[in-house]
Order: sequence, then C-alpha cells, then structure tokens
Amino acid sequence: MDSMLLEMKQITKEFPGVKALEGVSIKINRSEILALIGENGAGKSTLMKILAGAHQPSSGQIYLHGKPVTIEGPKHSQNLGISIIYQEFNLIPHMSVAENIFIGREPRKAKGILHRKKIKEETRKWLDKVGLTQLSSDTIISDLSVAEQQLVEISKALSFNSQIIIMDEPTAALNDEDTSKLLKIMKELKQQGIGIIFITHRLEEVQAVADRVSVLRDGKYIGSSLTQAITKDEMVTIMVGRELTELFPEKTIPDSSNSIEVTNVNVPNVLQNINFQVKKGEVVGIAGLLGAGKTELSKALFGLYKNMSGTVTVGSMNISSPKQAIDAGIALVTDDRKQEGLVLGLSVYENLLLPAYRKISRFGVLQKDKKDEIVNRWINDLKIKVHDPHVEVRTLSGGNQQKVVLGKWLQMNPKVLILNEPTRGIDVGAKAEIYQIMKRLTEKGISIIMFSSDMPELLGLSHRILVMHGGRISAELNQSKATQENIFYFASGGGVSV
Amino acid sequence: MYSVPSTKKEQVRKSNRNWNALLEKYRVLLIFLVLCIAAGFLSDAFFTMNNIMNVFRQVSIIAIIGSGMTLVILIAGIDLSVGAVMAFSGAILAGILTAGFPLSVALLGALAVGLLFGVFNGFVVARFGVPSFIVTLATMVIARGMTLVYTKGYPLVVSNELYRYIGNGKFFGVPIPIIIMFAVFGFMYWMLKYTSFGRYIYAIGGNEETAILAGINVKSIKVAVFGIAGLLSALSAVIYTSRLMSAQPTAGSGIELDAIAAVIIGGTSLTGGKGGVIGTLIGALIMGVLDNVLNLMNVSPFYQSIAKGLVILVAVLVDSKFARIKK
Ligand SMILES: Nc1ncnc2c1ncn2[C@@H]1O[C@H](COP(=O)(O)OP(=O)(O)OP(=O)(O)O)[C@@H](O)[C@H]1O
Ligand SMILES: [Mg+2]
Repeated sequence: MDSMLLEMKQITKEFPGVKALEGVSIKINRSEILALIGENGAGKSTLMKILAGAHQPSSGQIYLHGKPVTIEGPKHSQNLGISIIYQEFNLIPHMSVAENIFIGREPRKAKGILHRKKIKEETRKWLDKVGLTQLSSDTIISDLSVAEQQLVEISKALSFNSQIIIMDEPTAALNDEDTSKLLKIMKELKQQGIGIIFITHRLEEVQAVADRVSVLRDGKYIGSSLTQAITKDEMVTIMVGRELTELFPEKTIPDSSNSIEVTNVNVPNVLQNINFQVKKGEVVGIAGLLGAGKTELSKALFGLYKNMSGTVTVGSMNISSPKQAIDAGIALVTDDRKQEGLVLGLSVYENLLLPAYRKISRFGVLQKDKKDEIVNRWINDLKIKVHDPHVEVRTLSGGNQQKVVLGKWLQMNPKVLILNEPTRGIDVGAKAEIYQIMKRLTEKGISIIMFSSDMPELLGLSHRILVMHGGRISAELNQSKATQENIFYFASGGGVSV
Repeated sequence: MYSVPSTKKEQVRKSNRNWNALLEKYRVLLIFLVLCIAAGFLSDAFFTMNNIMNVFRQVSIIAIIGSGMTLVILIAGIDLSVGAVMAFSGAILAGILTAGFPLSVALLGALAVGLLFGVFNGFVVARFGVPSFIVTLATMVIARGMTLVYTKGYPLVVSNELYRYIGNGKFFGVPIPIIIMFAVFGFMYWMLKYTSFGRYIYAIGGNEETAILAGINVKSIKVAVFGIAGLLSALSAVIYTSRLMSAQPTAGSGIELDAIAAVIIGGTSLTGGKGGVIGTLIGALIMGVLDNVLNLMNVSPFYQSIAKGLVILVAVLVDSKFARIKK
C-alpha cells in the first residue's frame, strides 16, 4: 500500500440540473501512468478539476498517501503536490510565456517584488524540456500558435515539480512529432517516481504509455484494467457501452467536376505557389507539421488574406473576402474553438442558430418551432450531450463544445467545407458519427478539405492527401501512395519536388 | 530539434512583430510629439517654459486620477465615482482644517475618505460580482450627495499657509503638483512592472479564470485596485482644494470621463489586461496640450470639447487598426 499516491473514493459531483459524477473511485500509484478514458461528457475533466481544487465534490473522500484530505482550492492542490494541465486554454493572452509559467508563485527578490531574471532563467529550463528551445521566454502568448501554447502549458505543469501530474487531453492540439515527444517526457517523469493521470481520446497513446486504464461512462466508474490486458477494441466497447463496427465509412466516389479550384495562390512570406482542385464529393486531406502553413492555407481559402495573389474559385465566383467565401458556399471550421468558433456565454441553442439567422432573416422572423427543430436535429445528429439546449456552451464538456462548432457550420449547407482538426477532443463513438455525417455530405456532392494532424483520420477519409512544408505543397499523395511514412517524409521536407 | 522557428517564415513573422510592437508601443508618444510640433507652429507662446509648466500643472489632477483609473481598467473594470469622491474628500479636508485641527489630520482624513470609498467599491464588485460600472455609478451619486449635504452647497474656504504651498508652491522652480504627479507615475510604473501585485492586475484582466486557478487572491486584488483609485482621487482633492484654497461642492464633476479618456488615448484596452500608466500620462498630456493650444489661439471652449472628442475617436480608431494588423 506504500506505493499508493492518491485515491479518490466514491466521488459524486452535482451541478445544477446534472449529475456529472456518481460514486467514482480511482487510484494512482507512484511511478505509474493511469489513462482515464471515456466518452465526451463522461466526467473525466470534472473528476480532475476536483483533484485540482477547482471544484468541490458533492460527496466522497480523497486520500493522499493514505491520509484523508480535503482539497480546498487550486493553491492548496499545488501545495499538496498536484499539478494539472487543464483541457481548456488556460493562459493569459497578453502576458509573456515566462509570466504565465510562474503566475501565482513567481520567484521574489523581496516580499512582493519579482525576480524577473530568475523567472526567465527558470522558464528557459522548462521550455527546453518540452523542446521549445527556440522560443523566447518574453514572447507574448497571443503570438503563439495553438500547439505552441499547449507546449507552454505542459512546461508550466512540469515546473511545479509535483508528485502527481494531471494531463487533460494534452495531445489534442499536438501533431505526431510533438505528441511522441510528450509521451517520452511522460515516461521520464514516471521513472522519477511521479504518478501521471492522462486523459486522451487517442487510444494508441493509451497503449503507448499507460500502465493502467480506468474507464468512465455517463459519470459512473465502469472499471480498470492493466493496459496490456486489454485491446483497443475492448477499450472502445467498454467506453461506448456497445460494439463499434466501422470507424471509417466507405469513401464516396467523387464527381468528375471541380467545386473549388485554387490556382497559383501566393501570400508573401506565408504561402508559395499553391495549386489544387477538389472535385464534388471528394475529401482532400492536408497534412503538415506545425508551421508548415496549414492554418494559413485554410485562411487563404476563406479570403482572409488581403495581400494574396492567384485565385480561389468556387463555381464562377472568385474569392477574396470572407463574405464572398460564405456567399460562394465555403464554410470554415477553425481549430480554435474558444477564440473563433463559439460564443461561450451564449447557450447551445443560440450558438447553433447563429449562422442560420442570416439566412433566415431574408424571409423575416422564423417561428420558434422551426428553430427548435433545427437545434434538436443537430443535437441528435451529432449526439451533443446536453441536458437542456439553453445552458451556456461553456458548461459543456470539451468534446461536446467541438460538436456544437461543427453543427453550427454544417447547417449552412456549404458547397465546400473546410475542416480544421474536426475531431480534436472528440471520443471514438462521436468520431464515427462525424465521419458518417461527412460521408453523407460528400454523397450530396459537397467537397471537404480537411486539415488534420490525426494520421488514421487523414488516411481513412481522404481521397487524396496534400502534404505541406514551408508554406508549399511538397507532395500530392493519391490513395495508393498515402502512407504514414510517405506523409512524414514529405512533411519534414524530404524530396522537395515542386 | 523543434523544427518550426528555424524556418524563414518564422523569422519574418518575428521581425514584423518587432516592428509592429515598437510602433504600437510608441505610437501614443508619436501622436503626442506631432501634436506638440503642430502646437509650436500654431502659437509662438507654446514652447515657453512657463507655458509648458502650465500644461503639466493643469493635467496633473486628471493624470493622477487617470493612473488609478488605469489600474481599474486593466482589471476590466471602470470607476465612475472618482470625481465625486474627490469632491467629498476635499470637503472633508476643508471641514477638518476649519474645525481647527492640524494640517496632518486633515490630510489623513481626506485620504482615508477616498480610500474607504474605493475599498467599498472594490468590495461590492469582488464580493457580489456586480459590474463595477453600476457599483461606481451608485457611489458616484452617493458621494456627490454627501458632499452637497456636508457643504450645504457652498464652497468651504480654507486658510492655512502651509497647505497653500501644496497646490501653489514650487520646489526648485517646479510646481509641487507636477512633482506629486511624477512621483505617483514613477511608483505606479514600477509597481505594475516589478511587483507581483502589478502583474496579477494584468493577469486578472487577461484571463480571470486562469488567475483564480493559479491561486491568486483575485478578490483582494480587486479591492486593492479600487482602493488605490479612491486614494488617488483623494490625493487629487488635496491638490485641487489647495490650489483654490477652498473646497468646491462641484469639484471634479465630469473628471471621471477625462480620466477614462486619458487611459483610452494612452492605449490601455477597455477589455482589460493590456496597457499601462505611461500611456495614460501621455494621454492626459495630449488632452492638456490640445486644450492649451486652443486656449492660446483663443478658440471658444465649446469647440475645445469637440476637438477633444475627435482626438479620443482617432485614438480608438488607431488602436483598433493596430489590433487588426496584429491578427
Ligand atoms: N460548470 C459546470 N456546470 C454545469 N455542468 C457542467 C459543468 N462542468 C461540467 N458539466 C457537465 O458535466 C458533465 C461532464 O463533463 P466533463 O467536462 O467532466 O466531461 P469529459 O469527460 O471531460 O468530456 P470530454 O471528453 O468531452 O472532455 C457534462 O455533462 C457537462 O455538461
Ligand atoms: Mg474533458
């Protein structure tokens, strides 16, 4: 019993109107990586927030080193040796990397007076540890990409030197390279005796690092197992509560006509010589490392760069502004749901209807039952877990927020759908749903351009894959050539043949 | 082996960023300098030592209140009560002095009143989560009412030679209010940059949730910020009452808007978390120079207020343009 770091027993947590957790018990040992898995809204984050002191449990007991403790708040949790990477973005946008890492516990020269030099030096150490060797500790957070921000959050969590580190979907925003770097760091930490609770929807990662798996479903504890003793399919079955047959639906046969044509697109310093077409009903996957220009390309397609040369054409329309893009039938789902995709303070209902208002208003006001119908349809189609559509989006679990973003754009009936990391943070069950929906869209002749760092998803859904490197398309891989190795090769700058 | 930053694109992004950052940082100063040069051409009297001292002295009160307002706006709040609190503190000061107490008691009394009002604002905002706009609107009306009750609507004249010195005296040729103003700004600048309290102010304005999760005592910092704003209103009252050697029941009416304008012109974001006191000082000076040069040119005060409004508008437009470039 001496190796046990922490135990949570019979934890129940009620929010107004929802029981997020019901009698959940988990434990974590020294030098152990515990994977906590479950569908969106299963209660994983809530359970971890209780450990981090951000929520108080309604009932239940926590034991640290065998002794009962009450975690009073975030600071108390830190002092007890627990650190957490929250699922949602948790940095202060206008402050520097160094300040963010040491916020609330800055080294001081004297009472209240900061030791700025020391803060910077310490920061350097932790940034190097996650491979951000080139990043200055003075950089302002809002100037970083989502993935860079995630790496900063990871170095922040490491810097506490805690005995227990909670990572709530730390890999969701990372590409494969950074993910494997993180998994390696996790193993090192484990060697040092640290216990890690790791939440992810990518079961390969679970198999790669976790010693044990605990499963939650609908706020209840389902069971635990040694990772070796269980297959990926079994994990899925336990998580979802039923057997999942096909993750990827069969690919639609595309039409012969193009729906979007991209010709000689250049954006100074950002994109070079981008040329491609997408047929009706075709899914084109776009791969590339962080900084290869993926996000930039998706923005260019949407007309967000004023200084773009070359043409993006949909039907007979040339696109040079977001308004034209929307009118031409392009829908852009960004990868930054907090900043761009959702109005967090509005209800699920209103978020889902937001883009519809513009269409509706042409015919005057729409009746309530029509609105209800739209909302209910998407909540059902996407299986959004929400007990009442009028609650604020901010209270939804991360994966369910992502589904709201998708629903919002899908209901615009786009001709071309640009998806950025469409299933980030989404559980396997819901992933399968989303892939089915994509399939239905392509059958209706919609083209999909999918930017994704999820390799199986890219390979499983795309008719063709374009690999980007340094702002160019470095390779076009059709189905026979599209393999993980090839993508890596071209993404990291191999065999540049423009 | 972090592959990204080594690409050329990243370097370009960086150098662009530096340029923009530099421009962004100094654009208020730039506007100010351009305005001063223009003022020099428009009026010969502008670049005289006497006139420049005048401008500084005239802005000192708005600037001091503005520095407190900067802190409040940095935590995404607003304080409408500063002018009324200034009037009430001034009245209390005059009251204590005329009752025959020593100057030190009167000064402490006035400062305590300002601090109390500020702390009260902060407490209601932090404890009950009421928007500061509403809370301070209420205390503004209350403080103004209390002033009228206390003074019965008449100015309270004071006579104390030592006290007169604060508003009218000079130290090595520099008017005392200017010295006080620079002392306040020097302190505020240092505090915002080098103390944890200062950095937490930015943290709260940037992402309150994160600040709470980092274990920062957000509530007490809010109380302190409003407390400082109140205290600085009282300090302004000390200067203002001394200048006139009487406490006016209408003192400081509308000054909250001037202070907010100085903060905004100075580039502090109304949504919190971004900006600083140096901007506010220059913002106040921009308004002061504008007033001054229009005065020198004998333009009617009615037009002056239009000009001031336009400057605020231009400043905000420039600000949002920069925000867009950064995106
Ligand atoms: N602050 C809150 N107020 C009300 N309900 C909440 C709140 N936080 C979470 N919930 C609800 O609790 C349930 C569990 O949410 P939680 O975020 O723990 O899920 P999760 O397992 O982390 O899901 P995901 O994989 O999508 O991140 C959800 O139904 C969610 O709507
Ligand atoms: Mg979660």
